[in-house]
Amino acid sequence: MEKSGNKDQKVATGKISRRTLLGGVIAAAVLPVQSLFADEKLAENSILPEIADDPTKTVGPGPSPVGKRSPFEQSVRKPSDISSRTPLQDLHSTITPADLHFERHHAGIPTIDPAKHELLIHGLVENPMKFTLADIKRFPSVTRTCFIECAGNFRTGKAEMTPQDILGLTSQSEWTGVMLSTIFNEVGISDKAKWFLAEGSDAAIMTRTIPIAKAWDDAMIVYAQNGEAIRPEQGYPMRLLLPGFEGNMNIKWLRRIELSEEPYMTREETSKYTYPVKDKIRMFSFELDARSIITYPSYPQKVNKGWVEIRGIAWSGRGKVEKVEVSTDAGKTWQLANLQEPVLSKAHTYFRYLWDWKGEATEILSRVTDETGYLQPTLAQLAEARGVNLGGYHMNPITAWQIKNDGTVLFKPETIK
Amino acid sequence: MNKKTVLILACPVMLLLMSLKTAFMPMKAQLPLTDSLKRPAKFGFGRPATAQEIAAWDIDVRPDGKGLPAGQGDVKKGRVLYAQKCAMCHGVDGIEKPGVKLPGNALVGDTSATSKPKTIGNYWPYATTLFDYMRRAMPYNMPGSLSNDEVYSITAYLLNANKIIKADVVLDAKNLYKVVMPAKKLFIMDDRKGGPEIK
Repeated sequence: MEKSGNKDQKVATGKISRRTLLGGVIAAAVLPVQSLFADEKLAENSILPEIADDPTKTVGPGPSPVGKRSPFEQSVRKPSDISSRTPLQDLHSTITPADLHFERHHAGIPTIDPAKHELLIHGLVENPMKFTLADIKRFPSVTRTCFIECAGNFRTGKAEMTPQDILGLTSQSEWTGVMLSTIFNEVGISDKAKWFLAEGSDAAIMTRTIPIAKAWDDAMIVYAQNGEAIRPEQGYPMRLLLPGFEGNMNIKWLRRIELSEEPYMTREETSKYTYPVKDKIRMFSFELDARSIITYPSYPQKVNKGWVEIRGIAWSGRGKVEKVEVSTDAGKTWQLANLQEPVLSKAHTYFRYLWDWKGEATEILSRVTDETGYLQPTLAQLAEARGVNLGGYHMNPITAWQIKNDGTVLFKPETIK
Repeated sequence: MNKKTVLILACPVMLLLMSLKTAFMPMKAQLPLTDSLKRPAKFGFGRPATAQEIAAWDIDVRPDGKGLPAGQGDVKKGRVLYAQKCAMCHGVDGIEKPGVKLPGNALVGDTSATSKPKTIGNYWPYATTLFDYMRRAMPYNMPGSLSNDEVYSITAYLLNANKIIKADVVLDAKNLYKVVMPAKKLFIMDDRKGGPEIK
């Protein structure tokens, strides 16, 4: 992952243009203010153009082939060795910009030539077939907006944590591709097939088993994300999309599907993505349970006395968000939040709640109810149901933010042991 | 042309139009036919996959042994291979020492359910998964480089190190899937279907 990052940088410097340079210099001028520069002197000594006090008195740069963010916007993912987290606290609605979509992969991002990529479908089928990307694109297409969330999307432990730190492994895109049922109809599926194996073309040759019902319901093979080709980190040139199912099952760089009467019990569905429930280990948890989080205000933001619009996202892998409730008194009372329409099934849903903050120290929380009647639990409720050795998978507890007297916002890390 | 002639000429035309209209009446009751409403039984996109193409990619191994290839391996050979190809990430003996984090997962531990960390002995429910995963994804720095014999041998070594098989067992397609893993009895399928219950 880091190797390819370095390579990208080299390519970028090799092709640097005057306009890129200008953008870079402006960014450099902004960066020291945010203390992102390790060497402050380096920035001070650079020859930086002044940012005009009055932008109406200077003609700006002209049109460009590919746009970029304002240099004043510094929203970035947070990478670790194995994943990179979406800055949820920076987003104003539910679509995640493709370059900020979270990443999780198990052996790096493969570089795949779309002209050579093929998808093989075999096993319990009438006609084993291979499809090129061009073949897949010829089938009737469908566009769907939904979230993808990693099943291991829960971090806690200290007060200085952002939504990105706590649960930044969830993102939302508008995906375009073909319904998997259309492709399955093309190859002809045997009545004996109850499961299918999906396999990626990465160095992990990632595999997961998926129940066949999902294929006939809403599974897709997608090649576009927010209108453009899928990003390499998201499975370029094609990935499986299983709305509401744990992220790992949405196999990226999809190259093979095998129909079977039995599950394959791959490493990622046995030794990983399983979790203790009392004295047992639960496996094959596909749907992600309903969850919500307040993304504003959140750490490290501060609030001022007066009207504060509490904002956040709520979602469920089992369908639509029915309602979101917000508490501004540490969970004693709950009020209904407004949901941004349209509320889509298995999709991040934006919620808002107007709060007149008088300056008292308190805690603010949100909880979602989905259309199945499931109410987002507290960590204590999850521990009561599953035992105290919860593990990190399929965790969806209510998240609380502490509001201090001076308007400081801190995460409230909870412990169960 | 006088009015009468016009009328006479017009009548057959009107009759013709009326009969045409009658003939097309049933069509009007239907939805307009457009391409987007037609779905062929098959689109005819894609091409048949050859047996060779399937064999080249079909490397999965199921718990019932389907997919296990020819070849064999033993604990002795596996110990040597482990030291050469696995120990750098998973530790000399696959055991995580207190306070020392391994680059890879710990693989060997005792087989009691509550012990940590999760290892093959206390957490892997199927022996076939070991073969499947190692063949496709290991070693991390050279994925897919192990021969089938090598995978059988390393599997044998790891199962023996976890006290699951004896040191003299030779593993192959006929017996690997029969190895009963200690953790198998712990696994339960998720049976939640939504609704208010916290489970």
